[in-house]
Amino acid sequence: MTQVAEPEAQRWVGGGILRKEDPELLTGQGRFVDDIALPGMLWLSFVRSPVAHANLARVDVAAAKELPGVVAVFTGQDLADEWAAAMPCAWPIANRTLPEEPTADARIPDHWPVAKDRVRFMGEIVAVVVADSRERAADAVEAVEVDYDELPVVTDMQEALKEGAPVIHEAFGSNEAYTWGMSNGDVDRVFAEAPVVVKERYYHPRLIPNAIEPRGVVVQPVPAQGEYTVWSATQIPHILKVLIGLTMNIHEAKIRVIAPDVGGGFGSKLNVYAEELAAVAAARRLGQPVKWIEERTEGYLATIHGRDVIQDMEVAATEEGKTLGFRVKLYADFGAYLQLVTPGIPILGAWLYHGVYDAQAYGFEATGVFTNKTPTDAYRGAGRPEATYAVERVMDALARRVGKDPAEIREMNFIPPFDEAREVVSGLSFDSGNYQAALDKAKELVGYDELRREQQASGGRRDGRLLGVGISTYIEMCGLAPSQTLAALKYGAGGWDAATIRCHPTGKVTVITGTSPHGQGHVTTWSQIAADALGISPDDIEVLHGDTAISAIGMDTYGSRSLAVGGTALYKAAEKIRAKARTIAAHELEVAEEDLEWKDGKFQVSGAPDKAKTIPEIAFSAWTAHSLPADVEPGLFASAVWDPPNFTFPSGAHICVVEVDPDTGQVYIVKYVAVDDCGTIINPLIVDGQIHGGVAQGIAEALYEEALYDENGTLLTGNMSTYRVPSAAELPGFTLDRTVTPSTTNPMGVKGIGEAGTIGSPPAVVNAVADALRPLGIENDQVEKPVSAERVWRTIRASAGQAPAERVAEGGGTGAASMTPEEEGGVA
Amino acid sequence: MRRIALTVNGVRREAEVEPRLLLVYFLRETLGLTGTNVGCDTSSCGACTVLVDGQSVKSCTMLAVQADGTEVTTIEGLARDGQLHPLQEAFRQHHGLQCGFCTPGMIMAGLGLIESGAGMSDEEVRLGLEGNLCRCTGYQNIVTAIQDAAGKMRQAAPAGVQGGSE
Repeated sequence: MTQVAEPEAQRWVGGGILRKEDPELLTGQGRFVDDIALPGMLWLSFVRSPVAHANLARVDVAAAKELPGVVAVFTGQDLADEWAAAMPCAWPIANRTLPEEPTADARIPDHWPVAKDRVRFMGEIVAVVVADSRERAADAVEAVEVDYDELPVVTDMQEALKEGAPVIHEAFGSNEAYTWGMSNGDVDRVFAEAPVVVKERYYHPRLIPNAIEPRGVVVQPVPAQGEYTVWSATQIPHILKVLIGLTMNIHEAKIRVIAPDVGGGFGSKLNVYAEELAAVAAARRLGQPVKWIEERTEGYLATIHGRDVIQDMEVAATEEGKTLGFRVKLYADFGAYLQLVTPGIPILGAWLYHGVYDAQAYGFEATGVFTNKTPTDAYRGAGRPEATYAVERVMDALARRVGKDPAEIREMNFIPPFDEAREVVSGLSFDSGNYQAALDKAKELVGYDELRREQQASGGRRDGRLLGVGISTYIEMCGLAPSQTLAALKYGAGGWDAATIRCHPTGKVTVITGTSPHGQGHVTTWSQIAADALGISPDDIEVLHGDTAISAIGMDTYGSRSLAVGGTALYKAAEKIRAKARTIAAHELEVAEEDLEWKDGKFQVSGAPDKAKTIPEIAFSAWTAHSLPADVEPGLFASAVWDPPNFTFPSGAHICVVEVDPDTGQVYIVKYVAVDDCGTIINPLIVDGQIHGGVAQGIAEALYEEALYDENGTLLTGNMSTYRVPSAAELPGFTLDRTVTPSTTNPMGVKGIGEAGTIGSPPAVVNAVADALRPLGIENDQVEKPVSAERVWRTIRASAGQAPAERVAEGGGTGAASMTPEEEGGVA
Repeated sequence: MRRIALTVNGVRREAEVEPRLLLVYFLRETLGLTGTNVGCDTSSCGACTVLVDGQSVKSCTMLAVQADGTEVTTIEGLARDGQLHPLQEAFRQHHGLQCGFCTPGMIMAGLGLIESGAGMSDEEVRLGLEGNLCRCTGYQNIVTAIQDAAGKMRQAAPAGVQGGSE
């Protein structure tokens, strides 16, 4: 086949065209799962455990079944023969501390959609009610009588690892899910010999994802055929289809999963949930359509949480602050069960605890722990925010130790600019990067040197408040993922994605993608890519997704993978289209293929530009098939599957400026600058929007959000009025800029931007607060997320010796509920 | 059951409703106006915001029977003759939406704010949107969109009467 020339005119890629998705969403015509109503549809509601750990002594559904409108009530025992397998965990991390060690079996507990005999966290499903209305289903839930024989509860991951702690899965003998380690270089020697070693402990509070659309599922069966159409608010229709098939023994061709408009995910809809499987089971049992829409308070227990990680982070350095080694030992609280990719979350950050800095040695070890809490899993960033936070905070600690400015300590340790893939100390191969350029821009935008001068002159004060500046020069790895790398990590699937292009005789084009957007604007971005590749307008392109009957092949949307993997698959499919079109065009123009050049969106005869064929013209010829060259099949359509050779590595520099009120502890973000590098930009409007949203979520993590449990395993921040998702009033505006270092992993040079903001921003904010509090003698590691007014106030009071700093969430984050200064009384 | 009569998006509607029926479910399930979304159960998120007699209201905090005799405007009532309302257009131009789930409520809250005559500084708009949560956009483009639309709407109709309900 002739080598296809790359499109030279980039007419649409790089332009901020308005989103094609918007008109329906702006006018109330969006179609979310809750908007689906089917004839004869029944409502599901779930009886959930109000206790965190208990044997089910009695589940009595007799009274509930008698209530008006109740069609069925199923216990875990009733549904036991619906499951061909337990709930899937697709990422069974091996139990080993070093790669060369033999691996013990992964410890994956049986996890049934409806508990059979024991519950292990508050909110676990005990019974399923099916009724003819939402209200009657809710009434029937109240009528189910359950006797719980309560068992000892453990909610703190450090307590859970101690001898004598209640064991949550008895077969394992302990609460350790795994310990997994890797290292590079002579870590022990480097740390033993280094003149400077800084070690700090960081805690990442448990977070509740809070996509604004709750989860929901509708199942329509065709009983005589054993067919099921499943509408779910999911990020992963393709994976869900496979796993419904596996866990419920249904042929994949009999399952159609549709992710309609999906109202945000952030990882919380990257899962296979009990409610989805229970809904299919109920539809199979009853032969009628069923619907479940999550209530928000229910979702706080039933939908995965994120983070909940403790890190002991170390950096070894010279006396000048030149970094020699990075080493981390972390503990991750997995909750009561392993959801779809729970064990893999720490591993997604495992290679990034050196950030963008040079070193000689690298060590990582993670221990996953079972506790009586809602399972954790992927939440925006998934493993990489944890890594970035640890590196960026310990670099500030190192700067303090060696007496350097935080910018300087970074600059003297940056990996120098590179535009070819380069191996780094953790063993990864970074695709491209220029970290200094991003920091230079950020410093200029924020007025870094002036701010430092102001701090020097004023003793760190501004109008009675404490002035702080925090830097985060982050890196992340995304574009999940090379399938062979995933195999080495025991992930249960590949990392490729797929695209199909169909060129219609009308000149219009349909693109079918295996990604499954839920706010990211793939329809628009994919249209821009295809438009340039095929020489047509984005308006003539329709992008279809999220329905396994239409998009049969795909790996869905998570891990900032969609553009780098799915977008590249589209690019490769367009290459195939152009290759075939070139053959047809040469035949029709009666020239050799080599005499054609792809220019201005069409095939032109070299030296005779008026002799040309466009893709729509060739599509029509290919459709009529009246005069095709020999061996060329009719039709102009092509599919491609892209398995990336490497990850992609977006990076950037964020600088946050805060003022802290020393009397109240209130943190005010007065400026936030983000300079991000996601490689080639397809749509700057969408990229900026992703950064805005990501940074907002990261600031929320830094300042406000923390899920708290009491010692009985009761979620205290149990609804949206007690868990603080910030509104516009609690967030600042952002100043954005960018650098562009094209990725070497894929032909477009794209990296991904879905998670960058959430990864980069928390350490910038917390470093700024630590910087502000430094003049009070407060140490770097005394400042912890979330830097809420209460926590900062306590820290300030403690440093002044005025009150005990009773920590809101000591260590494991599962301590007693917080007290406000007023409640504590007598010290304010 | 109680009989209610109200005007929704300019159309008179009558229905027999259960006294416990929330306005949002009356709109979504009785009238089929599914543009108004439900995002929480604590009146925290604002996804269900509509205008009732010109004031923005979380329709999950109001019973359908309380809306008897009122004029209600939902997201479906804004675009006219295939033309987006200036606020909808501003959300589009400024990329003020991503997943779109909070968007109907956010637009109705923004419209209520504009029509109330509130000031349009960053701080005023942000405070005015305090009851509406968005997890995708970080709010910056929403604030810009509301400010932009307010400028255009107030220029076009200085009395501040341009809006959905008439």
